[in-house]
Amino acid sequence: MTTQAQDTSVRTQTVVDVPIDRAFAVFTEQFDSIKPREHNMLGVDIAETVFEPREGGRIYDRGVDGSECHWARVLAYEPPDRVVFSWDISPRWQIETDHAKTSEVEVRFISETPDRTRVELEHRRLDRHGDGWESERDGVGGEGGWPLYLQRFSELAKD
Amino acid sequence: MATYRTDGWIALGDPTRRAIFERIAERPQAVGELARELPVSRPAVSQHLRVLKEAGLVSDRPDGTRRIYQLDPAGLESLRAQLDRFWTRALANYKAVAEQRPEEVS
Repeated sequence: MTTQAQDTSVRTQTVVDVPIDRAFAVFTEQFDSIKPREHNMLGVDIAETVFEPREGGRIYDRGVDGSECHWARVLAYEPPDRVVFSWDISPRWQIETDHAKTSEVEVRFISETPDRTRVELEHRRLDRHGDGWESERDGVGGEGGWPLYLQRFSELAKD
Repeated sequence: MATYRTDGWIALGDPTRRAIFERIAERPQAVGELARELPVSRPAVSQHLRVLKEAGLVSDRPDGTRRIYQLDPAGLESLRAQLDRFWTRALANYKAVAEQRPEEVS
């Protein structure tokens, strides 16, 4: 593993006491219950988060008023072993429409025993979000996007 | 796994540093202002700011004789710290949901 790979990824994992098929199904079918709900780019509360279970599918939040925020594309869907999706959210918590500036999340499911599954999550290529940051930064001046960021960060940090 | 420099996640593991970070996130400010609001000495605040800066979470700019600290919006470490929080929390939710007995699943 290189230093660069380490610096541009976030990794976390957990072990669940369920078989691999169920572990995969829960992640993809109940993603609505998994995604921290306060993480919201809609102007209204989220009614549900939809994970379309197929390659080429989308992950989006649907607001209580019916509005939608599409923030990920399913890049690989390989039950029960692996799912990969894009992260089309800029560091300032806005939707990134330029796919060259998006990172990706891979979730791997590894059967440890018939009733136990290790789930490894890697959010990688974070450096891709960096393209053009300097110019954006001059325009934003550290304001604008930050109050929203703060609110979310505080909520996350206080658990 | 080796850490090569101060990691944002570790930097925010300290409650005082997190308090400083959150205050800076509310608005950019100088060391003196932070020291007045927090029950720590000015040199201690400076030390914490240095760690946050090394972690890529905050940056500073001169303002007359003072230095103003602000969140570093371009900081990769800042992004990593947020996402680490996000996914750690998501997987905790996931484990809770996955290990519910089927009749409890809504």
